[in-house]
Amino acid sequence: MIDVQNITKRYGHHTAIDRVTFSVAKGEVLAFLGPNGAGKTTTMRILTCFMPATEGTVRVAGFDCADQPLEVKRHIGYLPETPPVYQELTVTEYLTFVGRLRGMGGRNLTSALDQSIGRLELGSVRHRLIGNLSRGYRQRVGLAQALLHDPPVLILDEPTIGLDPKQIIEIRELIKSLAGSHSVILSTHILPEATAVCQRVVIISGGRIVAEDSPEQLSARLRQSEKISVILKNPSADCNAKLREIPGVLNIFPGEQAGMFLIECALGRDVRDEIARVVVSHHWGLLELRTISMTLEDVFLRLTRHEDGLTQPPATAHKGAPASQETTP
Amino acid sequence: MTPVQAIIAKELRGYFVSPIVYVVGAVFLLIFGFLSYLYIVFAGAQAIQLMQMQGGPASINLNDLVFRNLFASMRFVLLIILPILTMRLFAEERKLRTFEFLMTSPVGIHEIVLGKFVSILLIYLGLLGITGLVPTVLMLFSEFDWNPVLTGYLGMALLGALFLAVGLFASALTENQIVAAFVGFGILLTFWLISGLGALLGDTTAGHIISYVSFMEHYDRLVRGLIDTSDLVYFGSGLLLMLFLTHRVVESTRWK
Repeated sequence: MIDVQNITKRYGHHTAIDRVTFSVAKGEVLAFLGPNGAGKTTTMRILTCFMPATEGTVRVAGFDCADQPLEVKRHIGYLPETPPVYQELTVTEYLTFVGRLRGMGGRNLTSALDQSIGRLELGSVRHRLIGNLSRGYRQRVGLAQALLHDPPVLILDEPTIGLDPKQIIEIRELIKSLAGSHSVILSTHILPEATAVCQRVVIISGGRIVAEDSPEQLSARLRQSEKISVILKNPSADCNAKLREIPGVLNIFPGEQAGMFLIECALGRDVRDEIARVVVSHHWGLLELRTISMTLEDVFLRLTRHEDGLTQPPATAHKGAPASQETTP
Repeated sequence: MTPVQAIIAKELRGYFVSPIVYVVGAVFLLIFGFLSYLYIVFAGAQAIQLMQMQGGPASINLNDLVFRNLFASMRFVLLIILPILTMRLFAEERKLRTFEFLMTSPVGIHEIVLGKFVSILLIYLGLLGITGLVPTVLMLFSEFDWNPVLTGYLGMALLGALFLAVGLFASALTENQIVAAFVGFGILLTFWLISGLGALLGDTTAGHIISYVSFMEHYDRLVRGLIDTSDLVYFGSGLLLMLFLTHRVVESTRWK
């Protein structure tokens, strides 16, 4: 549905995005993750034909952005970073205007209007001026605008920004319900959002794609080795060496507190039972034994801090990643 | 409803819910009414003077004493007021980030420019229509030739349309409405002042070119009651040029 080949955007000498290539299949939901200034909005603006790419080609719904921009625009629903609403219009007037710009009219427009107002629960404010609505409502009016003509492709720049937690969940449910029939690209800072809603994640940093995969695969790929945290009641002086003898154990680091060890072991090898057996047999007193796995948050921070990300993961987290999600065995 | 009609309807709605049309319209009508009053009173005073000198009823030319002066004075009023009416057209869209929405809608830039221009032109022509009360009322109490009055109105309509197009162009240049108004005002003032330079250069090629470029002599001929094709061509081509430049500026903002 969306096919982006090697697009580059330069502003003078500054390269905003650099040879970005990705594609989105029909019915797929793709998340665009990246820190501020990474090039997310620029990419979206190129996809929606707001601005042309310096190099590369973009095809949306089979139409080329450079040759048939009007056709591309017809097939896209776009929610920019700031909801594009006219404060002097009421919700209904605004959506009517949007529909007419898109060439809709008559009964067609009325039913589309009712449907998108219903979908975003705007019924109670439909006759109020947008200028008097709260940030959350404006965001929803912006979304209603993008959905009005039921486009096959939706491009949403931070769709849940400014919403309260309940609304965020509702919007995520809405996006999920669109999957299958619509191709969606959404950008976000919020990582759980990507995990909750998207089948695929593209991480962009410094204008380049640094990783692209499903949320689960991404964390798995980056997790070169697993770590196990062990807390002992009375460790002996030689326990470090004894634990190292266990097959599969690669490295042992001291933990944050006394008696705590972080054991790095080869990927795919579960040595927890071995460790437990050794600890018990030496009477060190096992207080805690758990694995530490990386969340998407760790992956994200690691990839965006170090551009070479996946190929050469830096040897960080010796002290145990503080933001790590902990899974007790 | 076509996209252009939708844009016109939305712009008109935007103008009438904001105070700008009411304030600017009221000032425009007040000035027009006040100037009419002044010139009519002045004409009346002259008539009384003539009557005393001749000792009988005197005939005075209202076309010369009232309407020509009135239309000539309105040039300056339009020059100040119209950029204020147009300043929001594009600047506000850019400020409020609705510009991106417009540009990603399946609508051509020419349709956006045309829709915005027509909407403000309709408002201006509406205001001009209200001023038609002055000659209508005057007709009840005196006699004058309608033809120069009508060509004067044609001149005001054409001059206003040109000024509005310049204002629209200025609005597309910036996202600050005040800056847009001043740029529009500056461009118009420049075209006013170069007519003085043209007069100074007199009967030379440069003098003719500069005089032609300024709107002054074209407008003055219409106010005097002369419809010359070259003046109509001047206003028509100036208008198209400004709309074309606006289109280019709007288009170029995509590249920045």
